Amino acid sequence: MFPGATPLRRRRLLLAALSPLIVPPARAADDPTGGDPFRSIQWPGLQREHFGADARVEFDPRVQVRGPALAENPVVVPISVAVEGLPDVQRIVVIVDRNPIRKVLEFEPRPGRALPAISFRFRLEQASPVRAAAQTRDGVWHVGGTLVDSSGGGCTVSGVTRQDGSWAQTLGQVSGRVFPELDGRGARLRVRVMHPMDTGLVGGIPAFFLKRIAVHDAGGTELLRLSTFEPVSENPVFSFDLAGRPPGPLRVSGIDNNGNRIEGTV
Amino acid sequence: MSARSRMLAALAAWVAAAALAAPDAATLDYRLSARALAPGVYVVEGANEDFSRANGCNIINTGFIVGDDGVLVINTGPSRRYGEQLRALVAKTTPRPVKQVLHLNLHPDYFLGNQAFADVPRLATAATRSGMRAEAKAYEDNLYRLCGDWMKGTEALLPDREIAAGPVALAGRRLELRELAGHTASDLVLVDRDSGVVFAGGLVFVDRIPTTPHARLPDWQRSLDALAGQPHQVLVPSHGPVVGDARGIEQTRRYLQWLDRSFTAAAQRGLDLVEVMALPVPAEFRGWAAFATEYPRNVVHLYPGYEARTLQRP
Repeated sequence: MFPGATPLRRRRLLLAALSPLIVPPARAADDPTGGDPFRSIQWPGLQREHFGADARVEFDPRVQVRGPALAENPVVVPISVAVEGLPDVQRIVVIVDRNPIRKVLEFEPRPGRALPAISFRFRLEQASPVRAAAQTRDGVWHVGGTLVDSSGGGCTVSGVTRQDGSWAQTLGQVSGRVFPELDGRGARLRVRVMHPMDTGLVGGIPAFFLKRIAVHDAGGTELLRLSTFEPVSENPVFSFDLAGRPPGPLRVSGIDNNGNRIEGTV
Repeated sequence: MSARSRMLAALAAWVAAAALAAPDAATLDYRLSARALAPGVYVVEGANEDFSRANGCNIINTGFIVGDDGVLVINTGPSRRYGEQLRALVAKTTPRPVKQVLHLNLHPDYFLGNQAFADVPRLATAATRSGMRAEAKAYEDNLYRLCGDWMKGTEALLPDREIAAGPVALAGRRLELRELAGHTASDLVLVDRDSGVVFAGGLVFVDRIPTTPHARLPDWQRSLDALAGQPHQVLVPSHGPVVGDARGIEQTRRYLQWLDRSFTAAAQRGLDLVEVMALPVPAEFRGWAAFATEYPRNVVHLYPGYEARTLQRP
């Protein structure tokens, strides 16, 4: 549930969700946050920038974003996104209002292969809403979020492996494992890729980060695709939920912004 | 546990509840009070809570021991003001001068009151000194954010002398330092041989979720075993009430064992951090102070180590 959401808004959300043809309630002219449940002044601008001026954007409780109320370590803030009861999710975009670089990742689960759910860690510069926007086949963006408080400074400190120089020895290493899902259906894929994920916001250290990761099964079928950006934490760990038990080993491939290729099997 | 130590514990709990005055934010007065645990051995008790403006970020039990020619101060609290008020409290309690300050580990409320003790030797182990050097800036920033005005004028003043395990020089006293580890890389325990009072530092938490930013659980468990074999009449944890029995040692041991088992099982199932934070926690632990804030921190500090082992290639 969104903090501060009124029963009226909830009803509107429900209406909007049940009937995609109903235009969402008009924005109150005097609300500079554009009806944002988090009351973020950045929200209207973020919507335009990431979804386009004409996009249909709705707050939707079926897009669940979970994270800690307080970021104990602002360079490793864990988030889990799960979309439940919303069919035909094409992609999930994660945006952080008050980060210097707002977009964290864009996840494309292949329909029938991977579920619209992802866990990851990112760097948080200051207290902010963390939002996930799930786009359905009709083009509508369904938005959920959570508020994370922070001691600050997550994007502007260099990572541990950058400080001790060890990143060069481990760059691009892939490790991971497929875990059986609890109820026996599907599977949980967890992947770690060693990469310093430099944000470019630390003096003298240019941006150096993973750009794309894809996972294919042993038969060459693509299961999911992920675009990652600077705020993703150093040596990223991702959790994905697969729709079935695909034939393994799974192939993880990717590339960073310097053209280094990532290859590994799980 | 003897009848005598049981009585001592009950008395200690009662006096603690009666004596702990709420800090006054208007005057930035921590309203510290010294409670005698034995002749010349005092504890200065903080709130059994998490850092907050309401408690002035005073959540630590500091202490001091009066010798024939001077006073040994054990930890200096979270801020310059705390240090100043602690020093005034010592002066009110005894005419003897402060001779030295001892830091039991590197955490911020063990040394951020040091500015009030700039004129006396400040002792810590080599590992604690280097840890403080590395973390001091972040500690200042973090406590300013959490505690606001209470931190005014606080700057980290580091310990200036090294100390190792062994006897501590204080005339007329038989004090012994043990160096253990696990809560941090170096955890000192101060034993007053005459009174049987043990200042256990961060190794023991009583009725409070342990903090783990520098924890190594196997080492910590070994240290608790060592402490369980250490005869004592009164145990002063850094956080939580003073006890006359092994309750704190047992509580800390149980909690760390549970964390280890729970995180091992979660990593085997493939859970991610947020899911681990949402796992069920035994009622006993949920009833301890600072549960809501400290347990998620435990997860962030320790779980990545467990999951990394399951994700590595066999």
